[in-house]
Amino acid sequence: MSEKAAVRLSVNGQDYALEVEPRRTLVDAIREDCGQTGTHIGCEHGVCGACTVLVDGEPVRSCLMFAVQADGKAIRTVEGLADGDNLHPLQRAFMEHHGLQCGFCTPGFLMLAAGVLEREPDISDEDLLDVLSSNLCRCTGYQNIIKAVRAAAAEMRAR
Amino acid sequence: MVFVGRSVPRLEDRPLVTGRGRFAADVSFPHMLHMRVVRSVFAHGRIVAIDTAAARALPGVAAIWTFDDIAHIPPIDFRLTRVEGLEPYRQTILARERVRYVGDPVAAVFAEDPYVAEDAADLVAVEIEELPALLDAAALGEFEPGRATEPAVIRKGYGDVEGAFRSAHAVIELDLAVGRHSGVPMETRGAIGRYDAARDLLEMYGAAKVPHWNRDNIARMLGRDPSTVHLHEGHVGGGFGIRGELYPEDVLVCAAAVKLGRPVKWIEDRREHLIAANHSRQQRHRVRAAVDAQGRLLGIDDEYFHDQGGYVRTHGATVPDLAAAMLPGPYRVPNYRAAGHIRLTNKTPCGTYRAPGRYESTFVRERLMDAVAARLGLSGVEVRRRNFIAMSEMPYERPVDTLGTHVVYDSGDYAGLLDKALAGIGWDNLQERLRARRAKGELVGAGLGIFVEKSGLGPFDGVKISVDTGGTVEVVTGAASVGQGVETVIAQICADALGVDYRRVRVVHGQTDRIAFGLGAFASRVTVMTGEATRIAAGRVRAKALDMAAELLQCSAAELDIQDGEVRRGSGLLRASMRIEDVARHLLPSSRTRGQREPGLSAEGWFFTDHMNYPYGVHIAQVSVDADTGGVTVERFLVAYDIGKAVNPMLVQGQILGGFAQGLGGALFEEFLYDERGEPLSVTFADYLMPTAREVPDIAVIISEDAPSPRNPLGLKGAGEGGVNAVGAAIASAIDDAIQVPGAITQLPVTPQRLRAILRALGGL
Repeated sequence: MSEKAAVRLSVNGQDYALEVEPRRTLVDAIREDCGQTGTHIGCEHGVCGACTVLVDGEPVRSCLMFAVQADGKAIRTVEGLADGDNLHPLQRAFMEHHGLQCGFCTPGFLMLAAGVLEREPDISDEDLLDVLSSNLCRCTGYQNIIKAVRAAAAEMRAR
Repeated sequence: MVFVGRSVPRLEDRPLVTGRGRFAADVSFPHMLHMRVVRSVFAHGRIVAIDTAAARALPGVAAIWTFDDIAHIPPIDFRLTRVEGLEPYRQTILARERVRYVGDPVAAVFAEDPYVAEDAADLVAVEIEELPALLDAAALGEFEPGRATEPAVIRKGYGDVEGAFRSAHAVIELDLAVGRHSGVPMETRGAIGRYDAARDLLEMYGAAKVPHWNRDNIARMLGRDPSTVHLHEGHVGGGFGIRGELYPEDVLVCAAAVKLGRPVKWIEDRREHLIAANHSRQQRHRVRAAVDAQGRLLGIDDEYFHDQGGYVRTHGATVPDLAAAMLPGPYRVPNYRAAGHIRLTNKTPCGTYRAPGRYESTFVRERLMDAVAARLGLSGVEVRRRNFIAMSEMPYERPVDTLGTHVVYDSGDYAGLLDKALAGIGWDNLQERLRARRAKGELVGAGLGIFVEKSGLGPFDGVKISVDTGGTVEVVTGAASVGQGVETVIAQICADALGVDYRRVRVVHGQTDRIAFGLGAFASRVTVMTGEATRIAAGRVRAKALDMAAELLQCSAAELDIQDGEVRRGSGLLRASMRIEDVARHLLPSSRTRGQREPGLSAEGWFFTDHMNYPYGVHIAQVSVDADTGGVTVERFLVAYDIGKAVNPMLVQGQILGGFAQGLGGALFEEFLYDERGEPLSVTFADYLMPTAREVPDIAVIISEDAPSPRNPLGLKGAGEGGVNAVGAAIASAIDDAIQVPGAITQLPVTPQRLRAILRALGGL
C-alpha cells in the first residue's frame, strides 16, 4: 500500500500538490494533508454525511471517495463558504435559527444545503426535506436546521 | 439590559459554522503516534495467546501492548453510585484472561500513522477459546468461578406493599421491556495523550463531560499526583451521557504517552463506537399496581432486570438506581417496592443515556397508568388526575434516595401542566377527529406520558470571575460543554449579575489547569449549579467594582449602578461614570489607588446544595399505523415542560426538540441487537437507525415557568432531559389507541416487525 500517487487538489481555490497512498480517503487528505479540519468524520461509511464537501459543485461524502479520485477537481469545504468576514446566508441562518448545538454535523449540513441550493434554488419544501434527510444530526431534532435552510434559500433567491 | 430570560444568540456558533471548531480529531502534535485497539471478536472467551510478532515487524509500528504491559494499572473505578459488591466487575484497560463482549480491548497498537496502526492491528493474532455467551439478563449465570452475574440488587421502597395488595380493589400486572440504546453522538470518542518531560506534566486532550474526575482517576491509576495531570476539553460533538466518561482508551493513550515518550492520538471509528462505547437502557420490568375502586394507586411493586453488559463501568449502579427512585413519578404512591437486579451479560457494557432510568421507568409507570385506566373503564387522563401529587403538597418528600440525595420534589403543579398540554393540543377535538378517522378505517390514535425529571445535582459548583483591563469578563468553571450552550447561558447569568453585555463574557470550561475543582456536565446540572455559582461570584465582582469606583467617583457605593460595563452615578449634571475596565486598572497590583483592597477585579463564587430539583413534563403523541408494514408515523407531538425559569428559551426549546428526536429513535427505530453467539448486529448507521429529518415531525413545545425552584434564587431547573423522557411512553400509548387494543405495546422500540407481529396475533389485520 505504500506506493504513493501524485494528486493535485484544489481546496477552496488553493492548490495542494500531494503524494498519497491510493487508499487514502479524500476526507483524510482534506483534513490531514491540506489542514482543513472543518470537514468532519462521523461514520466513514457514507451514512451520516458529516464529511460532505462539494466536488465540482456536487455534494459528496468525502469519506467514500479516495483522494486520487479527486485529482484535478475543485473541492469546496466549509472553510470556503464565507466571503472573508461576511458569512454565507446559510451560516447566518443556522446561527439565527439555532440550527446547531454541538456543531459537529454542521459543516456537512451546510455544504449539503449549499450544493443543493446552488443547483436548485427553487427547491420545494418537500424535496428539501428529502435532501436534508441524507445527513444525521443527533442534537437538534432537525426542525431548526430545516427552518434555517428554508430561510437561507429565500434570502439567496431574493438576491 | 437584562439577558436572563431572553433568547439571545449563542456565543458558541461562529467558529462552528465556519469550520474553525476544535474537536478531538483536530488536535495533533509533532512526532505523535496513533493508537489502534485490537478488540475481541468473541462475546465471551478465554484468551489463550496473543501473537504480535507479525504486527511488530510492520514498518512504522512503535509498540504493541497487551494486558501484561499494563498489569500494574488498576481497573477503572466508579464515578457515581458505588454500591457494595460491584468492584470485582470493573473493567481493566486491556482484557485480563477473559473477554466479555465483542469489542473488549485485548491489545493496543502504536504506530507512526493511523493507516499503519490499523494494518498492524489486523496482524495481531488473538487466539481465544470461546465460552458460552450469556445474553439474557433475566437468566443468572457465572461471571467467573464463584462469582455470579448479579453483583447487586437495588432495593428501594416504603410503606406496607403486601398490605396494599391485600386490600386492593384490583391488581394490574405487566411485563415490559425497553431495548438497548445509546446516545451515539455524531463525534466519535477521541483522546490525545501528551507527556511533557520538561515540566513533568501529563496532558490529555479530547476530555469531555467530567474532566476533573477523569484527571483525578487517570492520575491515581498511573501513580501521579493530580496537579501533574491536566485534561483539556475542546469542542465536544455531543454528549448525551455516554461521551466523556473515563474509558480504557483514555487511560491507554496517557499511559502510552508517558511510557513511549511521544504524544499518542486515538480516534475511534464508528463501528468501534457502536460496540465499545457505553450502551444503555436495556431493562425488563415485571410490575404490579394495586388500586382502589376509583383508580387510585395503593401500591406499586416492581421487579426488574438491568442488562449491564460485560463490565460495570464508571456509572456503577446509577441507571437501575435512578429507575427505582424515579419510577413513582408525579403520582402519590402510598406503598412502594422496587427490586432492580443488576445483571452482567456478554454485551457492550452500559452507562447512562439522557434521562437514564427515567426513559425506562416512565415507560413502565405510564404503561401501568394506561392499564389501570383500561381495567377500571376510565380515561387515561382521568386516572392520572386522580393520582397526581397536588401543588399544595409541595415540597413533597418521597422516602427514597438516589445519587446520594433524598428525593424531595421541590415544586410543581402537575395537574396545571397537564391542563396546558391538553389545551395546547386540543385534546377533546383531537379525540373526535381520531374517532372519525378510525370510523373510516384508519389506524390513528393519541396517548400521553407524564413525568417528573430531576436536575441540578450538587453537591457543589464553583467559578472564578475576573475582569481584565480590556473589559473582557472571564468566567472559569469546572463545568463542561457537550454542545448544549453552556457558554451562552453562563454568560447571560454573569452579565445580569455584574452589569455587562453577555457578549463581553468569555466562559472557560473543561480545563483542569485553570480551576482546581469541578464536577462537569451531567444530570442537567450546569445551568442550575454553575449558573448559581456564577451569579454569586459575579455579585462579588460587582461589589468590588462598586467599592473601588465609589472612592474614585467620590460617592457611596449605594449611589452607583453598573450597566453595559459602565459604572454610573446619578443623572443630569451630577452624572459621572467610568468603564469597568478602568476600575480593573485601578485594582492592578501596582495601582496606587487600590489601597488595601486585594489586587484584581475578580472573585470566586461557590454554590452548595444537598438536593436536586425536579422539573416535570407532559408528552402527547398522535400516531398513525400502517397495518400492512407495521410502520408508525408520528403525526403530531407536544411537549409541555416546566423548567422553573428559562435562562434562554431558545436553547431550552432546542434541548427539547433534540431530546424528542432521540426519544423517537428509542421508541420506534433504534436498537442494539445481537445474534445467539453475542455477535453485535448493529454496527453501522445502516443497522442502528437514528431518526433523520424525514422521521422527526415538527413538534409543539410549551415551556412553562409555573414552578420556579425554591432551591436557588433564580428558580432555575434543568432543561436537558425533559424532551426525551416520556417519548416512548406517549408513543406506546398512542399506538394502543390507534389499534384500539389497550396494553398492546409492551416493548420498545416498536419496530415494524414487532408491530406486525402484534397485529397478526390479533388476527385479521
